[in-house]
Amino acid sequence: MSFLSVRDLRVHFPTIDGVVKATDGLSFDLERGKTLGIVGESGSGKSVSTSAILGLHRRTNAIVSGEILLDGVDLLKVSDEDMRRRRGREVAMIFQDPLSAMHPYYRVGNQIAEAYRVHHDVSKKAARARAIEMLDRVGIPQPDRRVDDYPHQFSGGMRQRAMIAMALINNPSLLIADEPTTALDVTVQAQILDLLQDLQRDFDAAVMIITHDLGVVAEMAHDVLVMYGGRAVEYGATKEILTHPEMPYTWGLLSSIPEVDADPEAKLVPIPGNPPSLLNPPSGCHFHPRCTHRDKVPGDLCRTVSPELTPGTRGEGHLKRCHLANPDVVYEREVLPEIAPDLVEGR
Amino acid sequence: MSDHQLPMAGGMPADDPRSRAEDPVDAAASGFVEKERANPAVAGHFDADPILTVKDLRMYFPVRSAGIVRRTVGHVQAVDGVSFQVPKGGSLGLVGESGCGKSTTGRLITRLYEPTGGAIEFDGRDIAKTSSHGLKPLRREIQMIFQDPYTSLNPRHTVGAIVGAPLLIHNILPKDKILPRVQELLEIVGLNPEHYNRYPHEFSGGQRQRIGIARALTLQPKLLVADEPVSALDVSIQAQVINLLQEVQREFDIAFLFIAHDLAVVRHFCPEVAVMYLGKVVEIADRDSLYNRPNHPYTQALLSAVPDVKQAAIGGRRERIRLEGDVPSPINPPSGCRFRTRCAIAQEICARVEPPLLQIGKRHKVACHFAGELGHHPERPVTASLLGVDDTGTPDPGASPSVGIGNDPGYSDTWFDLERKTMASA
Repeated sequence: MSFLSVRDLRVHFPTIDGVVKATDGLSFDLERGKTLGIVGESGSGKSVSTSAILGLHRRTNAIVSGEILLDGVDLLKVSDEDMRRRRGREVAMIFQDPLSAMHPYYRVGNQIAEAYRVHHDVSKKAARARAIEMLDRVGIPQPDRRVDDYPHQFSGGMRQRAMIAMALINNPSLLIADEPTTALDVTVQAQILDLLQDLQRDFDAAVMIITHDLGVVAEMAHDVLVMYGGRAVEYGATKEILTHPEMPYTWGLLSSIPEVDADPEAKLVPIPGNPPSLLNPPSGCHFHPRCTHRDKVPGDLCRTVSPELTPGTRGEGHLKRCHLANPDVVYEREVLPEIAPDLVEGR
Repeated sequence: MSDHQLPMAGGMPADDPRSRAEDPVDAAASGFVEKERANPAVAGHFDADPILTVKDLRMYFPVRSAGIVRRTVGHVQAVDGVSFQVPKGGSLGLVGESGCGKSTTGRLITRLYEPTGGAIEFDGRDIAKTSSHGLKPLRREIQMIFQDPYTSLNPRHTVGAIVGAPLLIHNILPKDKILPRVQELLEIVGLNPEHYNRYPHEFSGGQRQRIGIARALTLQPKLLVADEPVSALDVSIQAQVINLLQEVQREFDIAFLFIAHDLAVVRHFCPEVAVMYLGKVVEIADRDSLYNRPNHPYTQALLSAVPDVKQAAIGGRRERIRLEGDVPSPINPPSGCRFRTRCAIAQEICARVEPPLLQIGKRHKVACHFAGELGHHPERPVTASLLGVDDTGTPDPGASPSVGIGNDPGYSDTWFDLERKTMASA
């Protein structure tokens, strides 16, 4: 049994226009000390799924089903009271925009100390000392002075460090980072990613990192889960997925990003069309209206039948959701020469 | 095409603008979008005459004290002595971290701000001090594409009104000719021309950015300032918009000032790139020199910080140069070299003397006393003799400084050879 085991997670929002299936049958596992990267475009269900793990969906407007087993306990079955005790202590979250995630009227130190005092019966003084210690740990210079600053007095990178300090002050076993570096500049992003890796080693936490940046996933994650239209479309070890992707959407992501060391004259191959509406998703495979490889599948399969998440051609552990019979061959012959001609010649 | 009938099965309702009559896969493979693909990239534009020459551009925003008097207590030196050229039909990329002044530079060139000092020569005229009345004709020739397609389009105007407004304002076409022109423009940017009657909220982010591009193209400008045109878009949509921008550039021979923080996107789009740090250009070069042989420690750190998919995929990881701390405040920037507070190779001279933007190759300029490729930075400052100072930055009475190095936009035929420490030429 894995440390975190999510099985068939569904988050549906009933609206007057119909049910929005924001997450539709998501399963994955995560061990302590490991990092899972969840990649997808806006509206693919990344954030909705992780909010469900934190129990942040209100029962009145969301229908959450499936299983979220954290250390053997199903988080969807525990009482609100129990969930409140676990939230912040066992499961903590780092948000994308630290300026809006922190309260502008309270001092940074107080906000961090409060997170500690909610879960520990300690004096204000002890909590403050702990906050200073954490600020120091995340690399804020002169923490005993900066602890009394307001969030606006911190730079973007420092705010994100303070957020990380707040998330880790209770020593959580599962840390969810939702686009932790999207709002930051590259040099600061590099600092924060290094810091997260350091802290993960120290705290032995399981980390889920949500991002749209495959580069961040490549550096940070042991496993990667690619989401599209509320479903996982490819799942496996990061190295395996990035070197032998078997789902046309993943190919599209790889071929549409320019890279700093790629041939600048090589053209970008965009994914045609737009992300699907989850209110009224395409039939069959959610990706088929944008898929350039659907003609290779006989019949009308892509349009009519939703493919299951099945093992890839290179064995267990690599799952993909696609009807293509020989995705490995298609990738080698058609996709790779387009996105990385230099790699093909080297073979 | 045979499977045009393929319905967007179970897909969007017919009035959803996202459901174009055609299938997106087929649409991408046909029409305007495809026909320009075969062209080689705009490499030959290097030698074209400049359409825009910026010289010693400065923008200081006053910082005022609280209270009634509001005395000016300091200045934010957002842009401080920036010089560059953009060739006709070419593109220059401007990269740097937030707060480095790249967006301010863009806004100065479109004259949304009046510069504190310096010259902006556009098509032979200095527009730095043009009056607001004189700016109107200028707006026909310089247009801007904004970062956020959600806030840069008026939500209460139809797309037709938004894209047609410039024609009306400048009184270019009679009212009854505007609609056909608007539809033509929508077609060019890959939108359905029948959707001119819709409102911005009915479109997705990528489509809205296309509307912004159509609006910028309406007056057939000679220069487009694109300020982070793709950073608000989803990854799969970014490539569509980048390709569209390249197509319109080739089709209409428009020069681009492409401002972005994403080094990979800039490299893909621009044959020439300038790196800014705290209001100054620290390195400017053609694409190959800048990305393959960066000479400024900041450029080197910036490039090493970009996460790399392919490297990581094959198990390797680029050695990252850690930059400590944050960008200093532009109200009170460090003396001498502005990067010295975060620089690993800074020495005494860096605090005393500001390094000039020294030309070190045919199309390569760098502002660093210790300019050199990564791991090959010289021991002694290369600029000392040129500036008439000794190695610690103290003025050297015996030396004869070369005057005015580094302030000129563009490149000269001779440059300082870092290896031989002498002037060289092609």
